[in-house]
Amino acid sequence: MKESRVTIKIPRPLYNRIGTVIEGSGFSSPTDFIVFVLRDILGGAAPDPAQETFSAEELNGIRQKLKNLGYL
Amino acid sequence: MIKAHGGRLVNRIPEGKERETLEALAPSLPTIRLNERELSDFEMIAVGAMSPLEGFMNREDYLSVLDLKRLAKGLPWTIPVVLSWKEGGAEIGEGEKVALLGPDDEILGVMEIEEKYSVDKSQEASKVLLTTDDAHPGVRYLDTITDSYLGGPIHMLKRPGHHRFENFRLDPRETRVLFKAKGWDTVVAFQTRNPIHRAHEYLQKCALETVDGLLVHPLVGETQKGDIPAEIRMDCYKVLFDNYYPSTRTALSIFPAAMRYAGPREAVFHALLRKNYGCSHFIVGRDHAGVGNYYGTYDAHYIFREFDRYEIDITPMFFDHSFFCKKCGNMASQKTCPHGSEDHVFLSGTKVRAMLAEGTKPPAEFTRPEVADLLMKFYQSGKE
Repeated sequence: MKESRVTIKIPRPLYNRIGTVIEGSGFSSPTDFIVFVLRDILGGAAPDPAQETFSAEELNGIRQKLKNLGYL
Repeated sequence: MIKAHGGRLVNRIPEGKERETLEALAPSLPTIRLNERELSDFEMIAVGAMSPLEGFMNREDYLSVLDLKRLAKGLPWTIPVVLSWKEGGAEIGEGEKVALLGPDDEILGVMEIEEKYSVDKSQEASKVLLTTDDAHPGVRYLDTITDSYLGGPIHMLKRPGHHRFENFRLDPRETRVLFKAKGWDTVVAFQTRNPIHRAHEYLQKCALETVDGLLVHPLVGETQKGDIPAEIRMDCYKVLFDNYYPSTRTALSIFPAAMRYAGPREAVFHALLRKNYGCSHFIVGRDHAGVGNYYGTYDAHYIFREFDRYEIDITPMFFDHSFFCKKCGNMASQKTCPHGSEDHVFLSGTKVRAMLAEGTKPPAEFTRPEVADLLMKFYQSGKE
C-alpha cells in the first residue's frame, strides 16, 4: 500500500541546491533525499527510553519504591 | 541514557481491558508448567530485561542465534531463549493460546503459540556451549528437556513469587529511573556468581574511575551445585558495600537470570541484558560465564570482536587477571605489573575453599576480612 503524503514548502534555492547535491548519488529526487534525512534525524532523536513509557504516577511509584528500598 | 537493545524497552505486562480478557481466558486454556530457567526467562522477557524479545523464540530466531549469533532481523543476540514442550502435556497447536504455570501450578501468564518446532539439541549444545560433553551443566540441562520448542509472544499476568532478595529486585525500568535520579549518565555493570574478592573489587573500582556509577549485579537465578549459594554471596556483597563502597556512586541489585555456563556467548548476552537495565559499560573479566575448561581464558573478550561496537552499543571493559603485587604494593594486573608471579598474592579457588573450611583466613590482600569471616562460617557449617 502506498503511504499517503503531504506537501511541505521549503525555500526554492535550498530545493535547487539539494537537486545539485544529489546528482549521481542514487537519490531519485530532492524529495527522496529530504525524506531520508528527516527519517535519519528523527530516528536519532527517539524519546529517552527511561521516560517514554512512564506516566507521572508510575514514575512517582518507582521513585517511592527506590526510596523505600534505600536506593534513593 | 543508553537505549534498550532494539531501541525500545519491552513491557509484556498487560493492563486494563487486555488484562481482564486474558485473566478471564487463562483458566480455560491448555497449560504448560515452566521449569526454573523458563520461569526466570519468562519474567525477564515480561519486564523488558530481554528486550527486544517479546516472547520465547520462534524457529527463525532460534536458528539465526545458533548460526549467526543474531536474531533473524540482524540484531546481535547470542543465547537461545526458548520454551520446551513438556512430555505428557497437552497437545498444543500453532495459533492457540496456552496458560503458563509456575511451580505451584498458579497461572502466571498467557502465551500465543506461533510455532511449534523440533530442534537438534546436540547441535544447539555444540554451537552455543561449544561442547556436547554431559559433564557440562548446560548440556545436562538440555538432557532434561524435550526437543520440541514453542515460540511466540507472552503476557505476564502475575509475577512469580519470590521469597529471596525482595529488597534488591529492580526491573530495568526501575534501574533506569535510579540512574537518572542519581545523575549517572554512564554506568558500569559487574556480573558475578561468586563472592567478591579483592581482585573483583579492583576491577569494579578501576571501571568506576572512568564512569559515573557502578551497578553490582549478581546473578541469583539457577546455578549449578557447587556454586556458593546466592544468600551467602549477597551477605558478602552487603558487607563490602557497607564498608568499602561509596553509596553515592554504587548500587547493588540482583540479576535474576539463570546461568547457562555458555562462556563467551553468555558474556555478550549478559552485556546486552545490562544495556536493557540502563548500563552503558560492562566488565568482562577472565573466563566470563565459564565452567571447567571448556573455554579459553579470554574467549569472552575475543567474541566481542565479531560485532560492530555500534550494534552492541554497551561498551565492554576487558580486564586481565588481577592480584595484589607485594613489590608494587597495590592491586594490579598482568597488564600493569612488571613483576613475576612469586610477588603476586594469588590463590586458586580450591586452595581458598580448603583454607576457609579449615578456619584459616586468606590474606587480606586476597579477600577482605569481613568477607572471609562470612565464607568461613559457610564452609565450616558443612552446607556446601
